Amino acid sequence: MGELRLMKGNEVLAEAAIRCGCDGYFGYPITPQSEVMETLMQRQPWDETGMVVLQAESEVASINMVYGAAAAGKKAMTSSSSPGISLMTEGISYIAGAELPCLIINVQRGGPGLGTIQPSQADYFQAVKGGGHGDYKLLVLAPASVQEMNDFVDLAFELAFKYRNPAMILADGALGQMMEKVELSDYKPRWTKEEIHEKWGSWATTGKPASRKKNIITSLELDSDIMEANNRRFQAKYKQMEQEEVRYELIECDDADYIIVAFGTSSRICQKSVEIARAQGLKVGLLRPITLFPFPKKIVGELAAKTKGFLSVEMNAGQMVEDIKLAIYDAGHHVPVEYFGRMGGIIPTPGEVVDSLKNKFHKE
Amino acid sequence: MTEEMIIAGFGGQGVLSMGKILAYSGIMEDKEVTWFPSYGPEMRGGTANVTVIISDNRISSPILHEFDTAIILNQQSLNKFEKMVKPGGVLLYDPNGISKPPTRTDINIYKVEGTKTAVEMGNPRVFNMIVFGSYLKVRPILSLDNVEKGLQKSLPERYHRLIPLNLEAIKKGEEIVESIQTV
Repeated sequence: MGELRLMKGNEVLAEAAIRCGCDGYFGYPITPQSEVMETLMQRQPWDETGMVVLQAESEVASINMVYGAAAAGKKAMTSSSSPGISLMTEGISYIAGAELPCLIINVQRGGPGLGTIQPSQADYFQAVKGGGHGDYKLLVLAPASVQEMNDFVDLAFELAFKYRNPAMILADGALGQMMEKVELSDYKPRWTKEEIHEKWGSWATTGKPASRKKNIITSLELDSDIMEANNRRFQAKYKQMEQEEVRYELIECDDADYIIVAFGTSSRICQKSVEIARAQGLKVGLLRPITLFPFPKKIVGELAAKTKGFLSVEMNAGQMVEDIKLAIYDAGHHVPVEYFGRMGGIIPTPGEVVDSLKNKFHKE
Repeated sequence: MTEEMIIAGFGGQGVLSMGKILAYSGIMEDKEVTWFPSYGPEMRGGTANVTVIISDNRISSPILHEFDTAIILNQQSLNKFEKMVKPGGVLLYDPNGISKPPTRTDINIYKVEGTKTAVEMGNPRVFNMIVFGSYLKVRPILSLDNVEKGLQKSLPERYHRLIPLNLEAIKKGEEIVESIQTV
């Protein structure tokens, strides 16, 4: 068993980065995730593992530093909160276009604009539909506990390298600020130069031996035939993610008449709502998507075949609800899908969710 | 066992750190814990509160609309959280600065003269540990041994010399807590 600690989600992200053998963190402070870089600066991993921690002059600079480090086959990451992620989207699109692995963490706050520093899930669309310009997708993981903030850092890097694609951890201010018991991961050494060369030498800029052609890292391709072929390759990759990487959790769904769908902080609240509803005799279950892209479409379809209705609970105006409807449509079912949520930094309470469920489905 | 509680008062009263010591003590008892603070401008406005959940099982929502226990250290917090105590639950408050005491008749109410006692002990900073002691007396969910370990874990090493003083304050709190109403 690893080391047990009481830590904030943001602190854990930093600790997990060091322990998973991350080579470089490039960031710019913003509430409610500033503790990520603060913790890294305090820990001074450059003395311990050689990991670089750098405060860039802006979010735009930090994502492009990630781009550069990723091009060399390094484990590079950044973190920010909603407005900062918007600034990064150009760079993220370039990284996706250049097919490079990296980790981007969004500890969301309420928007639009500068919005509020309180928790939100209003960047769902931005995260799961790509975010920037062009046809690309990110692998999106949604932690729901401080423990998962730890576990998903290593997992995100693993998936990013498997697909040569940026991965995102989509958290929110509540997960960043709250403390829970966490079992920290064991240390993994950073990859040596030789290891990077061996693992990623086919694409990374690790120094060109005479025996092979130059590795060129770019998202630019002016020959449209080649550019279309590139796009087809990207799409095949996203398809493969949809087949192999879907992750979700089911709570009390076996006999459920109604299914609540919620991720991250909302899913924690809804776990309590399920308890309350069941105590009142309502058969309610919870589907918690862990990967938001790829979205757990198949299980939504399967559940649609045996339930009376879905309630999507989100800290936004209703975004994931569209993916649930698409999944049900694709599965050939016709089941009502309702939405309940709060916006602007307000977190719904477990009781509110139960009331909404009753209002929408169970009028007495 | 699941204990869902809110600790609320002014910034500087040690609300967040009391919650942290509680959570750490919970870990020492092998329990699941969640500590969810108010943060940002809400805190800078003067009030601070933290939700602490200690449970034998996996913890669901960190955001709650009702609590087993409320530890209340100022009037604003009393106004806000008295109504959110579950019927039959516990409300523990320090009467210092409270002009309108709690009025609910369906909850257990306890009073601790924490501010006054801390001054008498010659160290206002142990105020939160006095209140913590009163809480442990009323809701003995954690052993004092584990609280001591929790203190060791949550305080930086340079403050470890203050642990005996903190334990003394906890014991004082256990002694002075007064029951106002039991249901």
